[in-house]
Amino acid sequence: MTFTLLLIQILNGAQYGVLLFLIAAGLTLVFGVMGFINLAHGVQYMIGAYLTFMFLSITGNFFVALLLGLITALVLGLALEVLIFRHLYDRDHLDQVLATFGIILFVNEAVKVIWGPGTLTIPTPEILSASLQLTDNLLYPVYRLSLIVVGIIVAAGLYLIVTKTRVGMLIRAGATNADMVSALGVNIRRLFTIVFGFGAMLAGFAGALAAPVFTIEPGMGDDLLIVAFVVIIIGGIGSIRGAFIAALLVGLIDTLGRTLATDAMNLIFDASAANQIGPSLASMLIYIFMAAVLFFRPQGLFPARGAV
Amino acid sequence: MRELSVAGAETLSGKQRIDRSLLIGICILAVLALTPFVTEIAGGNYVLNLVLKAMILAIAAVSLDLLIGHGGLVSFGHAAFLGLGSYVTGIALTEGITNALPVLGLVLLICGLFALITGAISLRTSGVYFIMITLAFGQMLFFSLSSLSSYGGDDGLTLWDSPVLFGQNVFLAGSGLFYSTLIILALTWFFVGRLSVSRFGRVLRAGKENPVRVGTMGFDIFHYRLIAYVIAGLLAGVAGFLTACHAEFISPSTAAWQNSGNLIIMVVLGGMGTRNGALLGAIFVVLIEESLSLITHEWKLIFGPLLVFIVLFAKGGLVSLITRPGGRA
Repeated sequence: MTFTLLLIQILNGAQYGVLLFLIAAGLTLVFGVMGFINLAHGVQYMIGAYLTFMFLSITGNFFVALLLGLITALVLGLALEVLIFRHLYDRDHLDQVLATFGIILFVNEAVKVIWGPGTLTIPTPEILSASLQLTDNLLYPVYRLSLIVVGIIVAAGLYLIVTKTRVGMLIRAGATNADMVSALGVNIRRLFTIVFGFGAMLAGFAGALAAPVFTIEPGMGDDLLIVAFVVIIIGGIGSIRGAFIAALLVGLIDTLGRTLATDAMNLIFDASAANQIGPSLASMLIYIFMAAVLFFRPQGLFPARGAV
Repeated sequence: MRELSVAGAETLSGKQRIDRSLLIGICILAVLALTPFVTEIAGGNYVLNLVLKAMILAIAAVSLDLLIGHGGLVSFGHAAFLGLGSYVTGIALTEGITNALPVLGLVLLICGLFALITGAISLRTSGVYFIMITLAFGQMLFFSLSSLSSYGGDDGLTLWDSPVLFGQNVFLAGSGLFYSTLIILALTWFFVGRLSVSRFGRVLRAGKENPVRVGTMGFDIFHYRLIAYVIAGLLAGVAGFLTACHAEFISPSTAAWQNSGNLIIMVVLGGMGTRNGALLGAIFVVLIEESLSLITHEWKLIFGPLLVFIVLFAKGGLVSLITRPGGRA
């Protein structure tokens, strides 16, 4: 394990964490403010990637495609909210799980019909395609670095919106006691719609950003959704700050775990056993982490009540 | 006096309701028992296999309903027991244990231990946190199974033997397995039904409504829930055993979270906490998936919206559609 390798893994972990944060941010607000379990949130991530692919092939410019993709993702998110989700806010969690599971099935299949079942890729945008010389023998793609920077900017912006603005105040109040906010004369339904559309757009944004790095395929958001749930549970439901820190932690633990676990197991077991246990332990690490957090701090690391 | 008579009337109608649902359940099982004869005449193993798959999943769904419907404990990791049960079976068979009794004993022992440990930890949380922690344990098991490279790893493992009971091939895929599964399903259905109306089931349901009050009355609700969790795990483990026998193949994907979600769908669609809900739900989901896939390759385009519509417009599940005039079944 050299320093260079460690640095690469840390950067990759941060990048994964940032993408997780963009997905988890919407999820934690929707969950915290409306008490709504939205399994279909991972679908928004996938839609973001596919929309960017589509608009890129039409316009030929990544940034124009990104912008158009974001707007379309927002519109789709709002449409889903108006058509389906708003009828489910007062329902049991189980009904929400069921309905949003149905939406996953539908959208994954629809994407397969429209764009085919195979994987798609889009090239890294021209201006960001260079690589930076970080140390003597380490080149790191600028695009991946800018991903991390963009993620941190979005996180800071979200934090400011939630803590400093009137809408943010209402969101925090809604997360604490939605009925009371409604009784004070705030149109809570409209607030829900805004939060929902915005969260869907952020997840779509994550998908669009991830598109040049990972492959685009049907169902690409499903496993990420589960990890995003892990993130918001660790961070504390409804907490933007918690989601950011937990997303980075999960990203780093997962990425570093994959390289370190086998090495660590080598110290305890012989090589063949270590090669078997290592990778599976690495995949389990974030779940073990979540189970531990739930066991010792059931409210998550940064509970939303009070400060976000 | 008047109160007494009212109470009496209610028990009477309650008794009728139970009898009615008992009757419906027996009818479902009888129809299932007749399928081999019908498929014999029609000359197709295809439907028989399909019904067999539905019955195995129904065992798992009925056991999950004990947690979700009666205990209010939404476990999002129930497929872990299916996976564990099938892997214990598969590994035992590969290692040369073909007698069904020790294999089943191992399945029960290991699934019971897994349920006891994960249940003792998970049940300290509640609500949405319980959903997530059971998911976490399910994922841990899924990744453990994927890492068993000497038993197939990610790809799974083909089984060349089937367990033998007293020299009889009752677990060999075909009509032998069909009737064994039917008997186990009937026993599971009857057992969970009895359990839910017993004192144990009443405490469990009371704990779902108001755990603090149940605690104040002197019941240790944690222990009741843990026992229910272990029972559900054991039953799902047996379903896993049958899954391995039926597929003659074990794969980590049996324990995937999507499969846990599928089991929840069966329970909720059928009607939670009812005698026949999970049974009907499992059969309905398997059959509708199959028949939709006969109509179109993209059957999920229909099934997805169907789920949404059922949630939005048919509260109380399928059972309430069948027994609407008489109330809940």
